[in-house]
Parts: sequence; structure tokens; C-alpha cells
Amino acid sequence: MRLKLTRDLIRDELITRVQDLSGQSLLQCYQCGKCSAGCPVVHEMDIVPSEVIRLLQLGQLDEALDSKTIWICASCLQCASRCPKGVEFSSICDALRQIVLRKRMATPRVDADDVSAIMVSDAPQMGVVGALRKLNG
Amino acid sequence: MERRIGVFVCHCGSNIAGVVDVKRVAEELRKYPGVAYSTDYTYMCSDPGQNLVKDAIKKHDLTGVIVAACSPTLHETTFRRAGRAAGVNPYQVEIANIREHCSWVHQGEKEAATEKATRIIKTMVEKAVLDEALDPIAVPMTHRALVVGAGISGIQAALDIANAGYEVIVVEKDPSIGGHMAQLSETFPTLDCSQCIMTPKMVEVSQHPKIKLMTYSEIDDVSGYVGSFKVKIRKKAAYVDRDTCNGCGLCMEKCPAKTPSEFDEGLADRKAIYTPFPQAVPNKPVIDAEHCTYFLKDGKCGICQKICPVDAVDFEQKDEIIEEEVGAIIVATGYDLYPIENMGEYGGGKYEDVITSLQFERMLSASGPTGGEVLRPSDGEVPNEVVFLTCCGSRDPELHMPYCSKVCCMYLTKHAMLYKHKVHDGQAYVFYMDVRTAGKGYEEFYTRAAEEDDVLYVRGKVSKIFEEDGKVMVWGVDTLTGKKVEIAADLVVLGLATVPNVAAKELANKLKIHTDEWGFLAEAHPKLRPVESLSPGFYLAGAAQGPKDIPEAVAQASGAASKVADLFAEEEYHREPIIAVINDDTCAGCKVCVSVCPYDAAEFIEEDGVARIQEAICEGCGACIAACPSGSAQQRNLTDEQLYRMVSAALEG
Repeated sequence: MRLKLTRDLIRDELITRVQDLSGQSLLQCYQCGKCSAGCPVVHEMDIVPSEVIRLLQLGQLDEALDSKTIWICASCLQCASRCPKGVEFSSICDALRQIVLRKRMATPRVDADDVSAIMVSDAPQMGVVGALRKLNG
Repeated sequence: MERRIGVFVCHCGSNIAGVVDVKRVAEELRKYPGVAYSTDYTYMCSDPGQNLVKDAIKKHDLTGVIVAACSPTLHETTFRRAGRAAGVNPYQVEIANIREHCSWVHQGEKEAATEKATRIIKTMVEKAVLDEALDPIAVPMTHRALVVGAGISGIQAALDIANAGYEVIVVEKDPSIGGHMAQLSETFPTLDCSQCIMTPKMVEVSQHPKIKLMTYSEIDDVSGYVGSFKVKIRKKAAYVDRDTCNGCGLCMEKCPAKTPSEFDEGLADRKAIYTPFPQAVPNKPVIDAEHCTYFLKDGKCGICQKICPVDAVDFEQKDEIIEEEVGAIIVATGYDLYPIENMGEYGGGKYEDVITSLQFERMLSASGPTGGEVLRPSDGEVPNEVVFLTCCGSRDPELHMPYCSKVCCMYLTKHAMLYKHKVHDGQAYVFYMDVRTAGKGYEEFYTRAAEEDDVLYVRGKVSKIFEEDGKVMVWGVDTLTGKKVEIAADLVVLGLATVPNVAAKELANKLKIHTDEWGFLAEAHPKLRPVESLSPGFYLAGAAQGPKDIPEAVAQASGAASKVADLFAEEEYHREPIIAVINDDTCAGCKVCVSVCPYDAAEFIEEDGVARIQEAICEGCGACIAACPSGSAQQRNLTDEQLYRMVSAALEG
């Protein structure tokens, strides 16, 4: 299948929304790949972080939203600390997750009320907060 | 007189010493007949190295010097100067090349390389023992320069030489000076208007008291040598007396014959009597006989002649040959675009909406055929999606040109940016293999295009372009994702390769200067003599030497001009004395030398019945020496006897 590049796709409203939510400029990324090369969880991802950004630059929002990568990103910020153009991939992932959750899911996957006292005591606090952020709109 | 040769073996850091056992070589040479002193040193070309040579000359009373080091093209002059400073004639200082000819090509063969280095130096000792003391030949200097081509490079070179106080003749084949730069809209990375920075320089050339401007003229023939070239310039028949013409333009208004304008890259028509553009210098028209009704239809028409208020039109005018004498020549013949028709897979020359980068420049230009509006040639509509392709014919060793044309990445970035400035909701795409932005402010310019003007850069080469439903379909790939992409574009702009001007090759042959295999003028040394030709007295400026942007072309032109000013600073020019000489006693007067000499330096003296070499012209090529049946023609310091001895030394053992 040939990807059809068009002005309308590239300027899709939701892609603009990704930039607004994340505070990142997608066009600022010049595709050096340093984020992908240094990511500690990249082996679990289906596409590398720089490719997620590339898909968004090409106006291929659905493919980016469908990737496992955006759920694997642990927001460790290693990529952001090394990016030569100051792009924060984790923020872009945050934005993409929010779009998925708000658009595609009527109810949140994790309800704060369901987080039992036991779970709070057993699970690392960071992990619970992370799960709430990631999986809830 | 006893010859006392000194041998100085250079380590060149580890370049030579890493392969060749330099100590052993120096020791070996110490024993060789004729050698009075032999030593080695880390960097012979350094100050202490040169002092070592000078001191040894004095201390050991040396009559000749051999420096065993790198190629003579690098440091022969250095050591000849050092020799002269210590009292040895420069032509008795020789270089034995044991780097390029030995250590570099025999890495890992230490023993054999050491033996070879020894042999190379012995060979030079055999030459040196018979070297005569020579003096450079002084020839008179004509303090007037010729500049061929009046684009930005030629203009800059001419102005610099003229401002240094020397006369300059500028020859331009087109009716106006200005070259390609006059066609450009705005220039990267500052977006200066090209015309605004160019036209004042054009006017300055035309008004400079030291510059003689000859437009619509070509070089017919060049003879002579540095210091006194004789140049025949063909002033092409303009059919307009351009001295009488007052440039009113009435003729151009009334002329009924039209043909596509070269200046507007075929996007608009011009008349048969024309100036290329309104700001032309000189702003006086010429008649293009190939398209003029008067010439095509046997004298029918002649409207221009009838209405010319100053009777300047002259259909009887003929080409005129003007002879000039100059001391130096700067060649600034510029570039052309690789023919668009050669890009078959992109529909070059076939689809109206696939255009060249220079056509797009004209479209962007406020004084261009569209008044600065970007419009599709096919229907005059504003294009919403425009695709720019880099490397059209460049970096393609299989099908087109192998080299990088250097300027396309930047001018296509500029094109995409200017398009966005004019069509705010338009989308520009640039297909690239690498974006090369090596220049001051260039990377920032590219970043600005990508980030602020939303130009989408797609990494990959487009493979196919075809028309479909009024669109130009572009098939490429985004190698960053590995996805095939398709764009339904309204307009496609090809960043075609930069090639030498079509007439440059022929001119280079006339001037007897070297070009590379693509026809770009060859510099004397790629790093250390980038503005000189190997032929003395010829200098290079601008894109004629290789693809170049404006700042680089201007810098090279100023460099060439300063070389000319340097040459003109002396009253005489000193030529190499390593040339042919004929022995009167043995010359039989057969004239073979006269017939083979490519420089017309060998002449026959009737009253003496012998041939003679004119010192000021001979280039020392050796053609006459090889041809002379009696061995009367000999090269100074490279005589038959020297050659025999050198060959024997080289083959010894």
C-alpha cells in the first residue's frame, strides 16, 4: 500500500492536538534516532520512538495511535535528556495516550476507587500513579 | 668541478618513516659517489628542517641538494628557496619523491620500500651531478587582464582587479552581463533580493574607468603566454549600433517576431530585437537573426529600422574581430542546468507542470513572467501542493552525474520557503537523500523551513512521476519508515544537477587549459592552488570550476583577482628555465621540432639554417626533444645523458 501524503492529512486536527497537549513541535524532530537508540525499553516496542514521531510528521495518526510503543514508554525521560532538538518524546506519548483514552474509551480502565489499600501498600506508589495517568483519560 | 651533493631524508612524521627505514637510507646514500653529506630529519619542511639544509650547505660546501620527501608539487619551491638562501642555485636542488612514490604505496613492505627509496634517491643524485645552474627567464608583463564571462564571478573578479588599478577587459557572450544570478529571485540564507544586490555591481562594471566591457562577444583565439597573451575577440553582429542606440526600447515594443525568452527560461516570450531583461547592462538591444523576420523573410519587415529615432539599426553589420593584448586571463564561464529532458522517469520536458529550478526562480521573481506569483504552467492556477526534488541528475554515477551539485539542497529549501510565503495554506514537500547545509547560516535556514514553514522533508528518491486527473502523481518512499508514498501534486520542481556551461569545454580547448572529465575547469592544486589553472597566467572563478553558491563564487573570484594583482605587481614575469634548447652545431635544420611544437615556440632561422626555441614561449613539454632525429634538442637539466644515468641508477642491481 502506498501512503498517500496530503496537505489535509499532515494538518489533521488531532495531530495539531497532539502538539497542543504535549507542548512539543513535531516538525522540530529531524529524525536522528538518538531517542530510539538510547531508550531502555525499546526492545518491547513495536516501532521505535523516532518512528512514532515520523508517522505523525507524515500525517499517519492512526498508525501512531495503534502502536504498542505509546503504552510501553515509561516516561523515564532518558530520550528527552539526550535529544539534540529538545523534543520530549514522553510528552508526545502522554498526548497520544490521552487521545486514545478520551476518544476510544467511554470508561476509564482504572478507577481510582478500585485501588485498594492492599494494592497501594504492595505496589510501588510511582507505578500506581503511572497506571492512573497512562490508562485513564 | 667536483660535485658535492647533500642528501636530506625526511621522515614526514610517520608518513615515510613508518614504512621506510630512513636511517638506513641516509647511511646507504652517504657511501654513494658524488654524495658529500647525508642525513635524516622528522619534518624537513619545518623551520628547523630547512635550517638543517641551509647549515649543511655552508658547512659541507655542497653544490647540490636532494631532499627525499613528498611530491615536488608540494615542497620543491620551499627547498629551492632554502637552497638559494644558502648559496646553491635553486635548479640544483632536487626532490626525490619517497612518499607518494614509495611509502604510501608500499605500506607493510618495509624492506622493499627501503630499498626502493634508496634507489629513487640514487636516481636523483645521478641527475643532480649534471644539473646546471639556471636562472628564471624574464618576460615582459602586460598589466591588463581579460575576464571571460560576466556572471557574479566575472563581475567580482573584474571589479577587484580594476580597483587594484589595472585595466580589465570583460568579455560576455550574452547581450547583457549578470549571468544566472540576475535570474534569481531571492538568495539563501538571508533572502536578499538577488537583483538588488547584483544590479549595482553590474552598473559599476559598466562605468568603471579601468574596465572595457564587451558584451555579445566571444573569444575566438588565444595565443602567447603569461604576461603577453594575444586574444582575438569576436564581437558578434548585433545589427544594432550599440554606441548610437539610446536604449529607448521602441524597437522592442514594435517588433512582431517572438521567441521564448532565455532569461525567463522559456516561461515567457521575448522579441527578436531584445535585451534579456529590463535592467540589462548595457541596456541596448541586439537582433537575434535566427528569429528576426527581416533575416528569415529576405528583408520583409525592418520595422525596428524604420522606427528607430537614432538610426541605430544596421542589418548589414558583420561580426568584428578585435585583437587585444593581456597579461593574465580569468575564466568565469559559469554553469548550466543538466537538461530536464534527461530525467525521463520524472517526465522532464514532457509534463508542463514538471519544471526546472531556474524556471521556478523566474516564477518567484517579482520581475518574472508571472510577476512573482507561483502559477502552474498548464492552467495558470495557484498550486496547493508542490513537490521539490533534490539530486535530479546529481549523485547518480550509474545514469547521470556522480558528483553533488552542492547548491540544490539550499535553493530548493529556499524555493519551498518562498512558496509558503506566497501561498500560505500550500504544502511544500522536499524529497532528499541528505540535506547538505554546509555554510554559514545554512543549517538555521533549513531548520526554519522545516519548523516554521512546515516544509515536509521526505527522505528518499522519487522513482516515478506521471500525470493523472490533472495532477502530477509523485511516487517515492519515506526511507525513515520504509513506507512507499504517493503525492498528488499540482507542481513538481526538479533540482537539476549543475553542469559546466555548454560553451566552456570548447573555450577550454582554445585556451589550452585543463578540465575534469565533466568539463569543469581543473585547478592547479585542489587545496593549495584552488584559483589557478595549471597553465601559467590562467585563473579560475565561480561555477566553471565546480558547483558553487554565490558567496563561494565571489570569494573565489576575489581570490583569482588577487592572484592577478600579485602577478601584475612585477614589471616582468619570471618563467621556469626548464625548457628545450637546440644545439646549433648539430642541428641539421630538418624542422621536425617546428612541426611538432604545440606552442609554436620552435622556429626555423633561415639565415643560419637551424631551429631555435623561443624561451618566452616554450613550456618544456619535450615534444621536440623526442622528435629531434639528431638529438640536438635537449631539455635543460634533463638531458639525454642525465636520463641515461638516472635509468641506470634506477635499474642497478
